[in-house]
Amino acid sequence: MNLYEQQASNRRKTWLIMLAFVAFLFVLGLGFDTFYLGTAGGFVPIGSVVALGVGSASAAVSYFSGDRAVLLSTSARPVEELEATAGDADRLKLRQLQNVVDEMAIAGGLPRPRVYVVPDQDPNAFATGRGPEHASLAVTRGLLDTLDREELQGVVAHEMSHIRNLDVRVMTIVAALVGAVALLADWARRGMIWGGGSRRRGRDDRGGGGAAGVFFLVIWLVAIVLAPLMAQALAMMVSRRREYLADASGAELTRNPMGLARALEKIESAAAPTQAINRGSAHLCIADPLGRAMNLKDGFWSNLFASHPPMSGRIAALKAMGFQGGR
Amino acid sequence: MALLILVAVVVVLALWAVGSYNRLVGMRNQVLNGWRQIDVQLKRRHDLIPNLVNAVRGSMDFERDTLTAVMEARAKALTATGPADAAQKEGQLTQVLGRLFALAENYPTLKSNDNVKMLQEELSGTENKVGFARQFYNDLVTKFNTAQQVFPTNLFANMFGFKPAELFEVTDDKDREVPAVDLTRR
Repeated sequence: MNLYEQQASNRRKTWLIMLAFVAFLFVLGLGFDTFYLGTAGGFVPIGSVVALGVGSASAAVSYFSGDRAVLLSTSARPVEELEATAGDADRLKLRQLQNVVDEMAIAGGLPRPRVYVVPDQDPNAFATGRGPEHASLAVTRGLLDTLDREELQGVVAHEMSHIRNLDVRVMTIVAALVGAVALLADWARRGMIWGGGSRRRGRDDRGGGGAAGVFFLVIWLVAIVLAPLMAQALAMMVSRRREYLADASGAELTRNPMGLARALEKIESAAAPTQAINRGSAHLCIADPLGRAMNLKDGFWSNLFASHPPMSGRIAALKAMGFQGGR
Repeated sequence: MALLILVAVVVVLALWAVGSYNRLVGMRNQVLNGWRQIDVQLKRRHDLIPNLVNAVRGSMDFERDTLTAVMEARAKALTATGPADAAQKEGQLTQVLGRLFALAENYPTLKSNDNVKMLQEELSGTENKVGFARQFYNDLVTKFNTAQQVFPTNLFANMFGFKPAELFEVTDDKDREVPAVDLTRR
């Protein structure tokens, strides 16, 4: 897949995910109408209408300000702000980060993204935003402290490729919607307990609406319970293969695959979980912030549920590139 | 009828000429813009060097030759005319700068000096930026030059005063020699 195909596929995926989200909410709303309000007399599909409205609105909000939500949730701070108050040694690191980002922006022919630092000692990095013109790149404090210039360049190049091929758009919308689904599921669960009485009455009205109704009810309940899980699975699905791809195109930008390979080795050996980054945005990161064992192997279940490919495989692939390049 | 055909041919030719003229102008501006990206970084580099020399002078006083060589190479680079000339002179500046950094490694006071470290970071930053911008610029130049040289645009390009742009590249073999200093910074 070349760059344009990747971009087109990511645009398509973003639309699909947003549509699926709205459709999913609509089904939940439909269920609310059927089981809580009943279809008898003066039927107004409040649930469906509200669900459609809420779904479209939250999809739009996720698209346009998902990046801000993600950055806020990690308490990342703009590098310029930190630089103004930093000591001498620290300022050197922050300046180096900005220089490296500038270099990679030039190499990739992209506008410079906004740069953030996450106050966390575990080395990790992620990019977010809806495209090259609206992109942010964040690294943890631990990454700045552990990596040297070449390694940092490798990591920044990896993130820059995510920005360039619009991976960030898909991953940001997923992160924002995972958050939204988690909220909704919480709310729906509480609603069910609270609305238990009216549901019984609704059923009496219809006089045992038949097997189809029960079937739908079961599906609806399962959907509510499983929503966060499904959102999670989606987040993992979107990120596994593209990490290999971003590694390769990142190495193309720096023309130095060994830099990124060494960076990944260092990131892996510092296996402490990145606490500042929560479950919902784990798939955005260069390395799994949760340090899950699932990510260490390749296999059916891992391919299904792990958010990141095994680190050893990524490092081996980069090293192979390095040797081919005669380095 | 013959007249009509003649008019049609002339109109088509004129349209084609206007089209290729505009395309060439667009490409020329892209090339200029690409060069500006490099030029900005080169200027920044020239501004940084006196600061670096001043910062290390106290500790490296008896390395006067190297310091003078750096300042001389910088002065020469300032007089560069056009990308090809700049590429050659900047290449020499890079070499002597590399020698200076290699020597500075022998001075513990310099190695731990935050000011020097910052200048070194800024200089390697500009050097990398020039390197990455060069690829982009040279691609633009190659496209622009090819567009001028292919038939039949070449008949027009000369008439309209388009000239091939220079690559930002060292063409002389002597300047390509790899300097015998280790630039890797750890």
